[in-house]
Amino acid sequence: MKGNMFKTAGSTEAAVFTAPAAGPAAKKSRMQEVLRKLKKNWQLYVIIALPVLILLVFSYGPMYGLQIAFKDFVPTRGFSGSKWVGLKHFKAFVTSYQFGRLIKNTMIISLYSLIANFPAAIILAVAVNECRSKWYKKTVQMITYAPHFISTVVMAGIVLMVLSPYSGIINNIIEMFGGERIDFMAKPQFFKHIYVWSGVWQSMGFNSIIYISALAGIDPTLHEAAVVDGATRWQRIIHVDIPGIMPTIITMLIMNCGRIMTVGHEKILLLQNAVNMSTSDVISTYVYRVGLENAQYSFSTAVGLFNAVINCTLLLIVNKIAKHVSETSLW
Amino acid sequence: MRMKKKYISEDKVFSFFVYLFLTIVMLMIAFPLLYLVSASFSEPQAVISGRVWLLPVDFTLKGYEAIFKDNSLIRGFGNSVFITVVGTCLNIVVTVMMAYPLSRRKFYGRKFFTMFMMFTMFFSGGLVPTFLLINQLSMYNSYWAIILPGCVGVTNVIICRTYFESSIPEELYEAASLDGCDDFGFLLRIALPLAKPVLAVLVLYYAVGHWNSYFKEMIYLEDKIKYPLQVVLRQIIIMSQIADEMMLDFSTAERVQGMADLLKYSTIVVSSLPMLMLYPFIQKYFVKGVMIGSVKG
Repeated sequence: MKGNMFKTAGSTEAAVFTAPAAGPAAKKSRMQEVLRKLKKNWQLYVIIALPVLILLVFSYGPMYGLQIAFKDFVPTRGFSGSKWVGLKHFKAFVTSYQFGRLIKNTMIISLYSLIANFPAAIILAVAVNECRSKWYKKTVQMITYAPHFISTVVMAGIVLMVLSPYSGIINNIIEMFGGERIDFMAKPQFFKHIYVWSGVWQSMGFNSIIYISALAGIDPTLHEAAVVDGATRWQRIIHVDIPGIMPTIITMLIMNCGRIMTVGHEKILLLQNAVNMSTSDVISTYVYRVGLENAQYSFSTAVGLFNAVINCTLLLIVNKIAKHVSETSLW
Repeated sequence: MRMKKKYISEDKVFSFFVYLFLTIVMLMIAFPLLYLVSASFSEPQAVISGRVWLLPVDFTLKGYEAIFKDNSLIRGFGNSVFITVVGTCLNIVVTVMMAYPLSRRKFYGRKFFTMFMMFTMFFSGGLVPTFLLINQLSMYNSYWAIILPGCVGVTNVIICRTYFESSIPEELYEAASLDGCDDFGFLLRIALPLAKPVLAVLVLYYAVGHWNSYFKEMIYLEDKIKYPLQVVLRQIIIMSQIADEMMLDFSTAERVQGMADLLKYSTIVVSSLPMLMLYPFIQKYFVKGVMIGSVKG
């Protein structure tokens, strides 16, 4: 019975949408149609209400609060009660002496991360795929995925301990070869390398999962044909495997390119100190320091908004390009 | 014949390099971890003088005895368990509540709600407005500030929705509705039992997220007794704020010469232990999550 009702409802729905919606009669029937659909799904609206409310308050609420970027925020007056000042804070940020340094550090760290992380995961995936022993393959995957589960704090702790000038293993090695102990964290020139390569160490294995599964999905007859043609294993990697996982590679590349102006503050804040600040300070850590530690709410909100707008634009552009180039896009 | 022989030897050389590469990668990942464990069981003197390489030298439990003199670690551990359990339960409930309607093809407004949710992934109010909002809602210094704001994880909703869509055919719903089953009943009695595999993935994603998170906890919690493990770890390992109780038994000379480092090594090992023990069992669920997620939202 009910199923039948749905079917007829479906056909009237089609009729309503194809009919030119002109005249008050058509408008009214459309309203009724909408009401009917709302009524039919009422239980679904009840279910979705709670998560939507949470998103509304905690995700869209702060967006409403973004207006303080254009105001001089006074906590007692609230978001809407403070005085408008236009682009004052944006101008102050762009003309500040930190602006160039922050943009430069953010770009360098994120580009360097991309360049180091991206091929590492692919190379590991190809190597795992070429590994013939099942047992060895499992072991490699087990060990390389493990660092992914280490928390940021412990990860930063490991970095500090491994590089420690007193008991760190790296310095022990340097000393063994007759070198001088180095306080790595106090040398600004090392910061980007430390940040990026500890990141590779932590996430190379887990990032490779997606490529390993893509490699497993390659049609085995392609490999068989290549073997018949006398291709070596190396040639098969270049001519069969890599083209086979190209769509995955491109999708991942797009996603990463959209995030080029985004460097998370969580790990950097833990590794940052007064001495390496000149190379370790990025936009997100600056927002944290100025906003929450110095309580310059409006100014730091403006900095954050500036960054968010750039990120959003980048993502849109990259996605557009991707649609043209590969017909794969994020949405 | 000669051709064939050449092919085989090439194959062997290739295999050799593959295994060599994988072994080097594995050693590079495992070695620092092994070193940390060994260093935590060694005399500070041995560590400083560089005698510790792979195995503990002058075995001692000093570090472990010291870190349990102060109860901040244990308390942090308890707080973390509490936040993780309560937070994950809430996460799962709201994630399913969001994902289930979005997975229903005939849900009127499906597109709107999807956009509504996806938008928050690409644009957010940012750190400071969020912080001010939490303060205005007087949630500062309460666990609500940690559990509530991020409890609808957009990527996890997409994983859950994709799973519902692909594993529960629309016909099943139509058949159930013929038997008089409404949406509530369908979700509770049919969709959820079918979704057990993806729920396992989501529980682990959220739980590991809660367990490992420190930043929100650091900015929203003021009372030290409320600190979860990661915040306590940050104080000990990163900021070297080591409680005096931990250092009582050591002479000043020892303190200077790396007792603090020994404490840090022990703390890292102890705090990573629960995850390390669970890891072999949960690894496959994470891999599964990556697979479902990559089917695209």
